[in-house]
Amino acid sequence: MDNRKWREIKQQMGFLALRTSALIIFIILGILLYFLFVRGIKVINWGFLTKMPENGMTSGGIFPAILGTFYLTMGAILFALPLGIMAAIYMTEYAVQGKVIRLIRIGISNLASVPSIVFGLFGLALFVNYCKFGVSILSGSLTLGIMILPVIIRASEEALLLVPNGFREASLALGATKWQTIYKIVLPNAIGGIITGAILGVGRVAGETAPILFTAATFYTMKLPNSVFSEVMALPYHIYALMTEGSHPKEQKAIAYGASLVLIVLVLGINMIAIVIRNYYRRKKKW
Amino acid sequence: MVTTNRMEVKNLNFYYGQNLALKDINMGIESNKVTAVIGPSGCGKSTFIRILNRMNDIIIGSRVEGAILLDGQDIYAPEVDVVEIRRKIGMVFQKSNPFPKSIFDNIAYGLRINGINNKGEIIDRVETSLKNSALWEEVQDRLDANASELSGGQQQRLCIARALAIEPEVILFDEPCSALDPISTAKIEELINELKEKYTIAIVTHNMQQAARISDYTGFFLLGELIEFDKTEKIFTNPAKKQTEDYITGRFG
Amino acid sequence: MILNKTKEKLLEWFFLAFAFLSNIFLLGIVIVLFKEGLPLFKDIKVADFLFGRHWYPTFDPPEFGAFPLIMGSLWVTIGSIIVAVPLGLGAAIYISEIASPRMKEILKPTVEVLAGFPSVVLGFFGMVVIAPFLQSAFGLPTGLNALNASILLGIMAIPTITSISEDCISAVPRGFKEASYALGANKWETIIKVTVPAAFSGISSAVILGMGRAIGETMTVLMVGGGAAVIPHGFLQPVRTMTATIAAEMGETAIGSDHYYSLFAIAIVLFILTLIFNIIADLIAQRFRKRIV
Ligand SMILES: Nc1ncnc2c1ncn2[C@@H]1O[C@H](COP(=O)(O)OP(=O)(O)OP(=O)(O)O)[C@@H](O)[C@H]1O
Ligand SMILES: [Mg+2]
Repeated sequence: MDNRKWREIKQQMGFLALRTSALIIFIILGILLYFLFVRGIKVINWGFLTKMPENGMTSGGIFPAILGTFYLTMGAILFALPLGIMAAIYMTEYAVQGKVIRLIRIGISNLASVPSIVFGLFGLALFVNYCKFGVSILSGSLTLGIMILPVIIRASEEALLLVPNGFREASLALGATKWQTIYKIVLPNAIGGIITGAILGVGRVAGETAPILFTAATFYTMKLPNSVFSEVMALPYHIYALMTEGSHPKEQKAIAYGASLVLIVLVLGINMIAIVIRNYYRRKKKW
Repeated sequence: MVTTNRMEVKNLNFYYGQNLALKDINMGIESNKVTAVIGPSGCGKSTFIRILNRMNDIIIGSRVEGAILLDGQDIYAPEVDVVEIRRKIGMVFQKSNPFPKSIFDNIAYGLRINGINNKGEIIDRVETSLKNSALWEEVQDRLDANASELSGGQQQRLCIARALAIEPEVILFDEPCSALDPISTAKIEELINELKEKYTIAIVTHNMQQAARISDYTGFFLLGELIEFDKTEKIFTNPAKKQTEDYITGRFG
Repeated sequence: MILNKTKEKLLEWFFLAFAFLSNIFLLGIVIVLFKEGLPLFKDIKVADFLFGRHWYPTFDPPEFGAFPLIMGSLWVTIGSIIVAVPLGLGAAIYISEIASPRMKEILKPTVEVLAGFPSVVLGFFGMVVIAPFLQSAFGLPTGLNALNASILLGIMAIPTITSISEDCISAVPRGFKEASYALGANKWETIIKVTVPAAFSGISSAVILGMGRAIGETMTVLMVGGGAAVIPHGFLQPVRTMTATIAAEMGETAIGSDHYYSLFAIAIVLFILTLIFNIIADLIAQRFRKRIV
């Protein structure tokens, strides 16, 4: 009897501990969002989003940083998406289990684990210096693109694997070649998942700072970029620079709050869009 | 008899990796007749029928020995184009697998793939094949509807229409009715009966009554071997082998 | 006819080339790091680099002892694990074993949102919220220290640990648990003695993966670490990690200088460390999958 009671108490305490850890995580997120929203919303208005910075970064807007982040992410996706889809097509449609595919998987897994700052160095040495692209949108996009390639490959692979094998067999049995089957049957049915993966990739890239530190980003430039060889301001780098450079910490901090809120809303918004699109395709899916 | 055989299987062995799934199969598939393949689950019926249009090519590590002749030509010969073979030998699968496209596009897909791009011709052939598969009446006013809106039996007939549209010479059926209700099954059986006027047909079935009803020849498979192959009448009334008799009388464990 | 076959074969080779891109980029990274990092060792001994206690790259003569930076990275990595493992694992067990479906629907997105948080925003949060808090709580001159960095890295590692652990715990076959219940164990005893041990290798792989993330993380530690390149001997001291050093100093180096080379040399160390973490995590995860399936 006593023993049973003791066991019950232990169980309750254990459950309490587990529940608490889940609760703490929930609270952490709450605190993060609370501070960013409450303090960030104060500085955000239309002008903040659409104007150039003024008075040496102490007032004005963050428009060039938003634009720069847009260019960098688009560039990265435009680069990584086709490559990732084609890699995924090999993995799901052609590959035979064995040494080759193991080697490829090791490559993908380890590329995904490379620290972002190392990508930054790689981009600096290869694109900025060796290819002479300079500190530019191009160098930054390529660096970011390589970084998210594993994400894109995995997402595309998953999407392709979800296409029922019956579709492939039916197409082949009608005398379609393998390529026709992939192009006309498999890809169109996987496109929803691939798009979702790409958008999630955009969300990741938009918040990255380390890879663009030396490849693309600049704290302050008066002109908007006019080619892929321009250096750009970027939201995440802007936040970092506002907090560590310049001579008006107080004013800069307020802007940093606003920029952080914009970045968070952007990243979470992008992820939400991805989820909405995924649900749309799931509902539309007819198998 | 040999001269009217559309297809001929000679000393066929088939391996999944190391596993010998079919052993020394010899049989013929006669023109404008229905040839049925029966046997217990896992005996290799699907494996066998998929060999006949090289669908098993896509299974990694599989291997074919022996010869499969279509009009005297080995379809596994190195110079043969597998795509060409599958155009001539159509297939309808156990689980109906219409594409998630409209009814029209499901059928048009095979036509376009095979280089038919004339809009008028596509429309004609979609209609003809839907009529030939006895589906036209039911779907003529909603060709734009997604194929997934059809019932299971209609979907399977759509798959048949899709196979017919590219005018193959032989059609292979792998348990086309296994997921269907009796009425849909009856429709498809009737259809197969009509189709043999124009096509050569091989059909796998679990259902012995079905084989008895619709086929002219029947092969009985057991554990990867062709135990007996003969006129359907003979197989069901006076089988030569003990195992065949046990199976068709339901005494088989 | 033959043309068709050749075309298909060519296409296969074409796609294969793309599949190998990850390996090619990985190789490219290795080549670049070594090409730009190895020249340092013409002037400096490897041992002096790895174990030297003074990082004074801009002094005359400069010193390139990366030991304080390596130790700095290890300190915050271990600190982050101390923060993240109890919370992340606890939440994973809670989500997979105890939570009601509605709780799951709240907690899973919470973890996902946390995973999507840009590190620079977390670093910012550490500077403006956590630092002042630590400063007054411990009476420190500044709240930018190893503890602050550990907390932030811990927050970043939680999603990795929670989601992978949860997958592994959910993958434990029901039969295991039912056998335990049948022997009279209650739910808690089953979780502690059967479910978690069965998922142990999967969970360890999640933790190691989380450590790999933490050691490679740059922006947060750069912003809240405090920046001192000395070997830390407490969590309330400032730290400077390998990643933060690269990020902070690369902008000021001249290409081809020893300082430039030394930052790439640090990147080599970092790269090798994360590679090891990742390979170990992969191997353990593979073993887990084999055992469970
Ligand atoms: N892709 C495959 N790889 C390896 N073995 C296979 C594969 N497909 C089938 N087999 C094996 O080959 C044997 C024959 O399978 P098959 O599918 O041809 O049987 P079946 O007669 O069609 O059975 P059912 O009536 O259940 O459809 C079985 O032992 C099966 O396990
Ligand atoms: Mg079968």
